[in-house]
Amino acid sequence: MIDVLVYAAIAGLLLALICGPLGALVTWQGIAFFGDTLAHSALLGLAIGFLLQVNLDLAVLITSLAIAGVLFLLQLWRKGSSLDSLLGILSHSSLALGLVCLSQLEGARVDLSAFLFGDLLAVMQEDLYLLLGVDAVILLLLWRFWGGLVAIAAHAELAAVEGHPVAMLRLMMMLMIAATVAVAMKVVGVLLITAMLIIPASTAGRLARSPEQSALLAMLCGGAAVLMGLGSAWYWDTPAGPSIVLCATLFYLLSQLRPGFRQGY
Amino acid sequence: MMSDNNLILSLSGIHVRHGQQVLLNNIDLNIHPREIVTIIGPNGAGKSTLLRVALGLQNADSGRVQRRPQLRIGYMPQKLDLNPLMPVSVARFLQMARRSSSGANITEALALTGVKHLAAQPMQDISGGETQRVLLSRALLANPQLLVLDEPAQGVDITGQTELYELIGTLRDKLNCAVLMVSHDLHLVMEKTDTVICLNKHVCCHGHPEQVSNDPAYLQLFGRRYAEAVALYHHDHDHRHNMHGEVECSHNHD
Repeated sequence: MIDVLVYAAIAGLLLALICGPLGALVTWQGIAFFGDTLAHSALLGLAIGFLLQVNLDLAVLITSLAIAGVLFLLQLWRKGSSLDSLLGILSHSSLALGLVCLSQLEGARVDLSAFLFGDLLAVMQEDLYLLLGVDAVILLLLWRFWGGLVAIAAHAELAAVEGHPVAMLRLMMMLMIAATVAVAMKVVGVLLITAMLIIPASTAGRLARSPEQSALLAMLCGGAAVLMGLGSAWYWDTPAGPSIVLCATLFYLLSQLRPGFRQGY
Repeated sequence: MMSDNNLILSLSGIHVRHGQQVLLNNIDLNIHPREIVTIIGPNGAGKSTLLRVALGLQNADSGRVQRRPQLRIGYMPQKLDLNPLMPVSVARFLQMARRSSSGANITEALALTGVKHLAAQPMQDISGGETQRVLLSRALLANPQLLVLDEPAQGVDITGQTELYELIGTLRDKLNCAVLMVSHDLHLVMEKTDTVICLNKHVCCHGHPEQVSNDPAYLQLFGRRYAEAVALYHHDHDHRHNMHGEVECSHNHD
């Protein structure tokens, strides 16, 4: 029985590790909505996986990556204009399409709430391999390209003039978010994935003194929230995903009590 | 055509449209080494668009952009919109520049614009004038042959503006670089500028500011800032505008 808890903790911590820095980048650029759109379309990936009878995790991962690619192209195409409403339409229609498809699939006993809100305590050893792989790739990419990613988060055009490969970095970041969303589905569920990106990063952003500190602190906050949420799920039988998000929110509220790096903020 | 080998940047026949709207119409622009070129014009004249085309951030619909190979450009954007949740000190902000961002260079660049003491401050805590100087410092890190400044004195009070333009003139002499900038305040940049280009979707006139400023009509009109664009239309004789403000006859630029 203790295995269940250990796997769940490892899965949650692995997720917190990538959500920290990625969430910081997402927060700084104010593109949380991309995360939502990708998360909602992950459900579509699930339906596709059932339909084609292939590995569900891979189906979700590939669908998310493909949708991130489409979003990137949309961004290039509609350069300068706001994508807000377009993303809203894409986000919710893909969620609806995923739900309708899943409901029509015969033979597939789909526990929808597990996908919408996560089912962390059902994580098994095999699930950890994919998560570990995604973590390794993302952390490696972040390590290698962190400077450029931070530069485009501060001012993309300035970074472009300075010779940073802005388009490539943007695409890479969106693919990393897509992969994170795909593996986060099991942990916190489609509806709460963005919370794992935004809340720890917002907590850290106020307390940290540099972008790097911010990323590390967000990892720590996320990790602590995972352990606390898991504890709550274990002892009080609360749903794990929402408990984790609530713990992250608690940290965020507590952080508001401390004076931040900057005056008066 | 880069007929003059001495040019570091040359734009010819630039057209930019946005949908049905013409943003830039047949623009020629040449910059020589160490030359300070100032683009002035009313709001919506396409000044920033022209800078973006010159920098390669935006493609022209037609026309030619030629930069001297390996031209080092330092760019100072019009404004910086940092997210309040992004903790960045001034020094860390300068580190984002790709080339030569070692600690010594950063201190030196900050010292050149007189804001060395701000290095450890969070970017969001410094004043508008200080932010402009920090942005200018970051542009200097490229060891530029051309500085491109988009309204460098924006959000700076009038004393600060004069100082900033003086600083830009001084930096040109120290670094031996050319400067291409957009400004609203010609009377402030006058004495530092070699060439003025008055833009209103097309080039209304261009030339040495002295030549322009000796015109009594110009002097009279230039006191009134709102008449800035009119002032420059007025003494320009190579084309006329019809009642709708469109150019009636084609004009040639040297």
